[in-house]
Amino acid sequence: MYVAVKGGERAIENAHAWLAEERRGDTGVAELSLAQIREQLSLAVNRVMAEGSLYDPDLAALAIKQARGDLIEAIFLVRAYRTTLPRFGSSRPVETSGMACDRRISATFKDAPGGQVLGPTFDYTHRLLDFKLAAEGDVPEAPAAEPRMETTPHITAFLQGEDIIEREPFSDDVPGDLTREPMAFPAGRAVRLQSLTRGDEGFILGMAYSTQRGYARNHAFVGELRIGVVPVEMEIPELGFCIEIGEVELTECETVNQFKGSKTVPPQFTRGYGLVFGQSERKSIAMALVDRALRWEELGEDNLGAPAQDEEFVLSHSDNIQATGFLEHIKLPHYVDFQSELELVRKLRREAAELAETLASREAAE
Amino acid sequence: MSDYSFAYLDEQTKRMIRRAILKGLAVPGYQVPFASREMPMPYGWGTGGVQVSAATLTPDDTLKVIDQGADDTTNAVSIRKFFEKTAGVDTTEKTAEASVIQTRHRIPEAELTEDQILVYQVPIPEPLRFLEPRESETRKMHALEEYGLMHVKLYEDISQHGAIATAYAYPVKVEGRYVMDPSPIPKFDNPKMEMAAIQLFGAGREQRIYALPPYTQVVSLDFEDYPFEASKADHPCDLCGAEDSYLDEVILDDAGSRMFVCSDTDYCRSRREAGHSGRLGEEAV
Repeated sequence: MYVAVKGGERAIENAHAWLAEERRGDTGVAELSLAQIREQLSLAVNRVMAEGSLYDPDLAALAIKQARGDLIEAIFLVRAYRTTLPRFGSSRPVETSGMACDRRISATFKDAPGGQVLGPTFDYTHRLLDFKLAAEGDVPEAPAAEPRMETTPHITAFLQGEDIIEREPFSDDVPGDLTREPMAFPAGRAVRLQSLTRGDEGFILGMAYSTQRGYARNHAFVGELRIGVVPVEMEIPELGFCIEIGEVELTECETVNQFKGSKTVPPQFTRGYGLVFGQSERKSIAMALVDRALRWEELGEDNLGAPAQDEEFVLSHSDNIQATGFLEHIKLPHYVDFQSELELVRKLRREAAELAETLASREAAE
Repeated sequence: MSDYSFAYLDEQTKRMIRRAILKGLAVPGYQVPFASREMPMPYGWGTGGVQVSAATLTPDDTLKVIDQGADDTTNAVSIRKFFEKTAGVDTTEKTAEASVIQTRHRIPEAELTEDQILVYQVPIPEPLRFLEPRESETRKMHALEEYGLMHVKLYEDISQHGAIATAYAYPVKVEGRYVMDPSPIPKFDNPKMEMAAIQLFGAGREQRIYALPPYTQVVSLDFEDYPFEASKADHPCDLCGAEDSYLDEVILDDAGSRMFVCSDTDYCRSRREAGHSGRLGEEAV
């Protein structure tokens, strides 16, 4: 018999209660603390901060716990929280050349001032499951060197000295903010970079990979990849000078790309740029490649029709919160629309059948 | 977080949205870009409608929320609770008692009045989107009033199917100017859009707001020889006997027997309370 779809409210409450229980899992197993997530799942925390556009490791850890480890869900929680935060002002641009680097490598020079510093990388680990980790145990202390006190200059600065790489135009313009202004195309490089740094790691990775495989290929050298902490400064109007309000960990990637030159510009190297919160190496390299691919127009290159060259395509589809929301909303009730489709298809079929019948009887009559 | 701003959004944001709404009302059918915020419900769940409602509600308002015409569908329940919690406004299931109605996919059957505002949740605000995926292009097409492509699409439907094969989100032209997406309402609802109430449309993910002031001319696109037809299931409601309401089809058993019921639950209930009854009226209630 017909059961009206009543009781939505109770169903929702019960679903939430069940979800909370599932999130906790077996209560015989100790509960995760936020500090454990923050310290031991720090790369997940970094991704949530980067794509959530909010630098707060504790909140990101909370979001990961609440989301049962679903990082896109965690990013969503952080984004929704971020919306409610008042905005006091803007920081000064961070100076990445002054970064206290934990890691700094260049693929373009064997050595350079500041040296090659591998830092805490997976790069040369053998990907063998370490069963020792399954048992709890202490980690032997890593050897430590004296920290470098001088600043580490950017590799591209050396190329710039030789004038063999494009100069970034200097600008005092206030960059756009896609969280405050609706996106419009062309978006301009600053907003593009903001969109990429917030964008889904998997999407940006796929786009970058496509350029490497020949869809708008532009071979990229990793001029430099650096990870470390930079101070964030803010100018306080009442004081009339800048004060340091905290520090953030960043990953910065600068690629050095080929450029054959044009009528007005002699052959020189060009740049792609990636900057991401936290230790987010894959994302920042991918971001730099996509940034470079999107710059085809300003550099006078051909539009090859590749997806990664298409600003509107890339920027409209890089946000995983938008994407997952729209994708998943199709599980919501659509029965009103489906009903109207049902009526239409039935009507069209009826008409088609009638037409076939008329034709058949006409043929029989002949 | 214990203290919410009234209706969740901060005052700055609500002001920004109200400006977009006013602009939308001044240019009926024109899609106004607005800096949509990330809401605590997912994109696709009505974030645009929720933001428009949040900017529209006052503490004295009475809110009704429907999804598929019903007050008790899960997402309608969820959005109603959201505003109960964050705005503390009165809520109702009775269409006539609501001053603001947020809807997904339906226009209520009861005629709305000048004292009411109808807020639609919109997934894809651009009626030309499936003909031209680029926003930069479709904005130009609207600016130049270049709607030929849409007519070609409708014409191709007729040549292939003998009818315009659009059953919902059927495009309309507003005051002879902008072609507008009415949101995915069934085309049965299209003629109701010329109404006394203010109609506001919010698309959160796509960052667009548009609007229809009261009594705005809204014409469903068609051809002289293939006029627009508002269709519905050819049945009366099995619960209340209504012949004039949009119906949902419900599968009753393994043998595939069906019943048809009003999608507008308030309309159906008020008719039954007034003594009307349909084929299964007695046993099903």
